[in-house]
Amino acid sequence: MTDVAIAAPVAGRSFWGDAWARLKSNKAAMISLFYLALMAIVCVVGPYFVPHTYTTIYADYVRTAPSFSAYPKADMIESALRDAVKRMRVDVDEWHQDGDRVFVTVEASKPVDERSARYLDRSDTFHDTRIENKSDDGRKLTMSAAVKQQYFLFGTDNTGRDLLSRTLMAGRVSLAIGLLAGIVAVAIGVIYGATAGFIGGKTDEVMMRIVDVLYSLPFIFFVIMLVVFFGRNFVLMFLAVGAVLWLDMARIVRGQALSIRRQEYVQAAEALGVTRGGILVRHIVPNLLGVVVIYMTLLVPQVIILESFLSFLGLGVQEPMTSWGVLISTGAKNIGTANWLLLFPAFFLVSTLFALNFVGDGLRDALDPKDR
Amino acid sequence: MLLYVFRRLLTAIPTLFVIVTLAFFLIRVAPGGPFNQERGLSPVIQANLEAQFGLNDPLWRQYLNYLNNLLHGSFGPSYNMPDFTVGELFAKGLPISIQIGTSALILALLLGSTLGVIAALNQNRKTDYGVIALATAGSTIPTFVIAPIIQLVFGLSWKLLPIGGWGDGALINKVGPVLTLALPQIAIVARLMRGSMIESLRSHHIRTARALGLSEWSVVVKHAVRGAILPIVSYAGPTAAALLTGSIIVETIFAIPGVGRYFVEAALNRDYTLVMGTVVMIAVFTILFNLIVDVLYAFVDPRVRYD
Amino acid sequence: MTTTNPILSVKNLSVRFRTLDGEVDAVKGINLHVNAGETVAIVGESGSGKSQTMMAAMRLLASNGVAGGEVDYRGKNLLTLDKAALNGVRGARISMIFQEPMTSLDPLYTIGNQLIEPIRRHRKLGKAAAHKEALRLLELVKIPDPERRMRSYPYEMSGGQRQRVMIAMALANDPDILIADEPTTALDVTVQAQILTLLAELQRRLGMAIVFITHDLNIVRRFSDRVYVMRSGQIVEEGETERVFAAPQHDYTKMLLAAEPTGRKAPPPASAPMLLEGRNVEVAFRIGGGFLSGPPLTLRAVDRISLSLKRGQTIGIVGESGSGKSTLGRALLRLLPSEGAIRFDHRDISGANAQAMRPLRRELQLVFQDPFGSLSPRMTIGQVITEGLLVHEPSLSAKDRDARAVAALQRVGLDPAMRNRYPHEFSGGQRQRIAIARAMILRPKVVVLDEPTSALDRSVQKQIVELLRDLQAEHELSYLFISHDLAVVRAMADYIIVMRQGQIVEQGPTEEIFDRPREDYTRALMSAAIDDKKFRLAAV
Repeated sequence: MTDVAIAAPVAGRSFWGDAWARLKSNKAAMISLFYLALMAIVCVVGPYFVPHTYTTIYADYVRTAPSFSAYPKADMIESALRDAVKRMRVDVDEWHQDGDRVFVTVEASKPVDERSARYLDRSDTFHDTRIENKSDDGRKLTMSAAVKQQYFLFGTDNTGRDLLSRTLMAGRVSLAIGLLAGIVAVAIGVIYGATAGFIGGKTDEVMMRIVDVLYSLPFIFFVIMLVVFFGRNFVLMFLAVGAVLWLDMARIVRGQALSIRRQEYVQAAEALGVTRGGILVRHIVPNLLGVVVIYMTLLVPQVIILESFLSFLGLGVQEPMTSWGVLISTGAKNIGTANWLLLFPAFFLVSTLFALNFVGDGLRDALDPKDR
Repeated sequence: MLLYVFRRLLTAIPTLFVIVTLAFFLIRVAPGGPFNQERGLSPVIQANLEAQFGLNDPLWRQYLNYLNNLLHGSFGPSYNMPDFTVGELFAKGLPISIQIGTSALILALLLGSTLGVIAALNQNRKTDYGVIALATAGSTIPTFVIAPIIQLVFGLSWKLLPIGGWGDGALINKVGPVLTLALPQIAIVARLMRGSMIESLRSHHIRTARALGLSEWSVVVKHAVRGAILPIVSYAGPTAAALLTGSIIVETIFAIPGVGRYFVEAALNRDYTLVMGTVVMIAVFTILFNLIVDVLYAFVDPRVRYD
Repeated sequence: MTTTNPILSVKNLSVRFRTLDGEVDAVKGINLHVNAGETVAIVGESGSGKSQTMMAAMRLLASNGVAGGEVDYRGKNLLTLDKAALNGVRGARISMIFQEPMTSLDPLYTIGNQLIEPIRRHRKLGKAAAHKEALRLLELVKIPDPERRMRSYPYEMSGGQRQRVMIAMALANDPDILIADEPTTALDVTVQAQILTLLAELQRRLGMAIVFITHDLNIVRRFSDRVYVMRSGQIVEEGETERVFAAPQHDYTKMLLAAEPTGRKAPPPASAPMLLEGRNVEVAFRIGGGFLSGPPLTLRAVDRISLSLKRGQTIGIVGESGSGKSTLGRALLRLLPSEGAIRFDHRDISGANAQAMRPLRRELQLVFQDPFGSLSPRMTIGQVITEGLLVHEPSLSAKDRDARAVAALQRVGLDPAMRNRYPHEFSGGQRQRIAIARAMILRPKVVVLDEPTSALDRSVQKQIVELLRDLQAEHELSYLFISHDLAVVRAMADYIIVMRQGQIVEQGPTEEIFDRPREDYTRALMSAAIDDKKFRLAAV
């Protein structure tokens, strides 16, 4: 064989390259992708930047409305002060505010223990309490305390926990479950469906019959059974969620595998003598990936909604952990009195679902372009 | 055609059988029983109740008893509400769920289809984008978000609707639940119809109709819509079954005494008979509606031959 | 009969489409006209814009298409007419029939319903009168048992019958012009001939003008008075048919006319060994059946066929759709289960399983009809071509395989620098070359070619035919050439087998079959495809 001067090959536009180019030109999808990334970052990293933790209870700030300005508001100082002093079992003589410090003089029938100044510190509203003055008989005490500025951008809930940090933590949970359960559902569905579609014949019939029967079981039944079985275990819950939703994926993948098997390029490979394994790896799987990606993007929002639904019913994530479904559930019970409890988590959930939807649509158009 | 229906009903029986069996054993395998969940029940009473309901019998005998009862048309008594049999509970709640579900279904099919057709006829123009936006919103926002927002806006702020309650079937009480159930369905049907209609409008026989100078009405309604309607018919089957058997969310939030709530409570309370009853009911509805849909399909599309 | 007063005048027509990849000009400013009662052909290959021209005239373009210029029908510009007036013209004064009879009728309504619709729409007849009219039209297009057919649905009729119904619908209101866009391309050869004869007869009776759009020069020659030759959206030549065919002016026309397959294949020497043999091969499918559905139907796609292929020989297997020729080809290659004895190179491979067949596969190759579907879309063509080497010469290094790919591509006339490109970046003809390279790289002995040129334009077909000839001469290949295109088969094969519904109708050396067919069916096939007789009955 004579040596031929081989020209360097020109790179081609692969299927995935084409798809990425198409996706990039879809503005809604790219914005949504960016939004999702942002949401993920905010939920994962955000809690470290919020001065509250999601479990800290602020007794003074139960059901406070969201505000850009700091708490306590001017009209809250007095009642907080009186509450604290009441616990000291003394009477308030007089009080006044000087800048960001509050001065209060208390009086009692017996000498006042200086350590009772701690009550002021324990209050969420004050800190850095100092004894200013003490009367000679010890029955009068003047204390001063700094007013602790807190921000509750999303307000607080019924037990006095900051809603912002809870919403972000809930986001971690919901997104994590969405992703992980989605992967579980995809993994099971793809393996099951591809096997059935590829092997075909009796095996395929039996496998799909099983799917049909499972399908006709009421979906809710399934879900609740799994939760009842696995109890309120976070890890197992997303397994349960994934295990319910794999059915659709299995059907889709099987259908696609069947149709790919009938394609002429698979027949051509058979005519070349390629082994079954070779056909699976080189022809079936690469052509399946497109469909799998498309349906995974439909699956993830389904998972998130399902998890939220379960949490809403009280069957999902348990205290003190929280998810958007739990927050919305509480919020739904408090509309009219504390709207923010519903609106903030609902907004986070719905906007995330929207973004997932647009990305899903965009991926579908990119991977399987048809005139919309 | 009759033979086909008969055949389908025949094959439905083994499916139903499998479902009943699976459900029966699954619920009993779950830890806990119907009577040790309740607080404050003394062990003696608990033992008595268990004996009374035959829960100490071997599982296979319980299973056969249940099947026997089922064939005689009885679901048995509810374990947690022993004043009622499961059948009576259904008789109370099912009509309510069906009323709400049917209204939602009709609304969804009519309004959704119309919106879908309008969108397809105006493809890629403002009207189309509007419908797509509404459809995306409707199908993305979960019912447990829609429901409280409807309560908030229509009930509390604008005071147009009651916050909840069945009100003995008063029309005003139905608006909230029906709307909540219908909105996502309208969205889904609209999207389905839009896609189907766009494809139908591109088909060759529509081109023929236009080439023959037929009026736009004839082209769109007589030919394109009929061709586009098939996926909607297919979708309507399982959807009808789901809607008519009650939505847990809607009935919980709006305090509607339908059958949707039974299931969750029953599962949590291990009320075996009620759970089984609900499973059987939902399965029957699903099978029935799938059959109805298939028959309807044959009416719309003469190519489908069922002989 | 032909006057010089045109009833349809197309002036400077342009058609532009907005696509994902930018704007595409399908038609770039053309002029043509149609006189009353004459037959005008517009001929061109795929992408020439011939269909879009008339679609634009009828305002039937897809939603992303825009037409410019003027289409003058009896003094009115169709492109600017308001919808109501336009719909008065369409279906009544100008009618159009299309290429796809299988999908051009509404599957959900009866034939009668669809036939009556344009009648009542344009002529304001009552139901009963319209029904009578519809019956008359069905008889006009020679549909047997018309009363029963009125109640039939399209799926109950064959492609040819559906096209007749389409013609009836188009002619229901006695139009001035009938535009026929490739009306016979999707039909079998014998049915084509029937439809064309019908059209000629109807024209004689009703006197309408016909605009015939086609890629098939034979049809043009036999059917039309005048012809326009289109290429890339422009008209490159026009004139009386006789003149254009006798003395073409433009290079492209000359090339088109020269693309008819020529040459003959000499039979192999008598001493040539037998390579592939089939005895009483049978392929049967079971359809339907099951619980309460009755016994399953047995469809015999291949009904006890015997043939033998010698080295260096090309056997042409011809037949219409449903004849079983493709199934036979695949059965012989053991790609389908079959009954009967099959021998390759003196080895009995009748019962061989995939394992046993594997080493033989390199000697028995197959080239498919559809160049679009037979190449895996996710693999580069370099990978596509060398996949066979992975199986049969696994010891080759990647570099060696690459070198072989280069050589194979050069052999089929493609630039080896393209080997990292993907199938969708190539044209139909190029993809077919890639498919051939994939088969040839293994140096097979027998190649089954299943309609290898049917999806290609005539000019491209010619190149593929020549490539296949060269390869056969160079490597002493044996071909099993399966096709419905008799012109190509005549040029390629030395022995012909005519199949129909799974059985052999007739077989013999090429010249005998073509020049002296014995069976009626063979005769019908030949006359439909090759005959030079003009379709028109007595010239007026």
